[in-house]
Amino acid sequence: MSATAAKLPATAGPKPARSPGYWTKVGRRLLRDPVTMGCLAVLLAIVLAAVFADVLAPADPYKASMIRRLKPIGFPNHPLGTDELGRDMLTRLLYGGRMSLVMGIVPVLNALVIGGLLGIVAGFFGGRLNMAIMRTIDVLYAFPSVLLAVAISGALGSGLTNAIVALTIVFVPPLARIAETVTTQVRGMDFVDAARASGAGSLTIIRVHLLPNVLGPVFVYASSLISVSIILASGLSFLGLGVEPPRAEWGLMLNTLRQAIYVQPWVAVLPGALIFLTSICCNLASDGLRTAMEVKL
Amino acid sequence: MFAYILRRILYIVPIALGVTLLVFLLVHIAPGDPLNAVVGPDAPAEVVEQLRRSYGFDRPLPIQYLIYLGNVLSGDLGQSVATGRPVIADLGRALGNTLILSVGAAIVGFSSGILLGALAGWHRGGLVDRLATLLTLIGVSVPHYWLGMVLVIVMAVELNVLPAMGMAPGGATGWAFTGTHLAHAVLPVLTMSVIPMGIVARSVRATVADVLHQEFVQALRAKGLGRGPVLRHVVRNVAPTVVSVLGLQFGYLLGGSILIETVFSWPGTGFLLNEAIFKRDLPLLQGTILMLGLFFVLLNLVVDIAQAALDPRMRRT
Repeated sequence: MSATAAKLPATAGPKPARSPGYWTKVGRRLLRDPVTMGCLAVLLAIVLAAVFADVLAPADPYKASMIRRLKPIGFPNHPLGTDELGRDMLTRLLYGGRMSLVMGIVPVLNALVIGGLLGIVAGFFGGRLNMAIMRTIDVLYAFPSVLLAVAISGALGSGLTNAIVALTIVFVPPLARIAETVTTQVRGMDFVDAARASGAGSLTIIRVHLLPNVLGPVFVYASSLISVSIILASGLSFLGLGVEPPRAEWGLMLNTLRQAIYVQPWVAVLPGALIFLTSICCNLASDGLRTAMEVKL
Repeated sequence: MFAYILRRILYIVPIALGVTLLVFLLVHIAPGDPLNAVVGPDAPAEVVEQLRRSYGFDRPLPIQYLIYLGNVLSGDLGQSVATGRPVIADLGRALGNTLILSVGAAIVGFSSGILLGALAGWHRGGLVDRLATLLTLIGVSVPHYWLGMVLVIVMAVELNVLPAMGMAPGGATGWAFTGTHLAHAVLPVLTMSVIPMGIVARSVRATVADVLHQEFVQALRAKGLGRGPVLRHVVRNVAPTVVSVLGLQFGYLLGGSILIETVFSWPGTGFLLNEAIFKRDLPLLQGTILMLGLFFVLLNLVVDIAQAALDPRMRRT
């Protein structure tokens, strides 16, 4: 909008006040929303802690100690206690965030690209292609998400890549569906007809007219899936299907510490508390983003 | 109505076929030779070849699928590689045990969710509304396997008032309506009910608020109807949406119970899945996934029909 205004011939007199662009407005609304800003700050802290785990961690995440097993919170040199092999909990929680965040975010990004593309193609071309794509998606929809994730990663076997593949397949259907719905709506609008009438090809219409209108809602929806993905990803590790020991990952830590609930219950629940905190902040931030972007789903 | 039901049934046939195809393919996306789980790596080649033929792995994929489909339709889900027992035998009991948890969690979660959501939607912005919003947020954000652990720590480890795991003392796998069995079910049922409670409360709140804004409600109030009769009209309009949410949530309870069953060592389908994964028992994995998937498809059909029965407008779509 501002770009076209700049191209207009310069008019005499005072410059007209430029009305702020869409993203400026979204940014301002976000800044005025304390809950969303608070959540984004917490998420930023979690991400930074995970990225700089090497620098921040007080100990080696793999260094076990038979005599320092399962020490309580506040133990000297181990502020958050130690796990069942005597490894420092604070260190492992910092490193664990890396795997948990990667496993939570990467599948949603993958599914955003794959599902978004499928949905836009199905919605734009309609007809048989739409039928073929959407009926296949319906079959994937016939499974509750946890079950689908467990089925695929159960068949593929444990491991980080397999878990990410499984979760990607879980999140493709909802994103494809939302992209298809929005694309179908936008396709019926007058400006698309106008573009077609003026001779624009399919690719141009998709790129110039559809994408800007479809990406917003799809992106907001994808952001709401991140919290689900983080819980599911850690759930897979909890079942022994995700990251393999001795690597640190919150879900896996929760699983191995499960036997310790009679000895150090409050140390054992720490990884889960972090999953909860991350997931609740993702949910609130996603809600805030949706309100700020004025997207209705 | 009859035509509608028929149409819905016809619609789920391809979906159900798709489910069997996907479950069939699970074995083939699995890395390595599916026979590796049956025979050791140093088995003689002729034995492996013979087994391959007896399992039908030497035929082309489409033929294998048709054979699989035929077996499934005649109720044969294959044999467990680990135990040699027919999969369907273990599955029946496990499904029953999972249903106990799911039905229990549905009763607790749905009733509290509906009540909370209705109150919140009726008094928007009030204290109940804020409480409902908070509980919804917690319900959708909490890793329920972790919540289960926390409940075990509080109720079993610290307070010692409820059993921590299993279905009954001594690793029993059969259900009975006795005090001990019920006590064992309390924690897993409560843990499982948190997610549907949050989601049901959220959708009931939104639907109630939406219906209350419609003109016919104003008209009803304007003509002098009291709270009770207005409420009756609102319920009638909210019901179809809520029924569909409840149906879906019940399906998610059944399919999502694996994590909760793992936390509480509950001998249901989740426990079977866990075992299948660890022993790489693919027939057992396939059978369990197939059963839960088909159950979910059937549940969706029932929901659609119930919705159409409650709301005649649905039948036209």
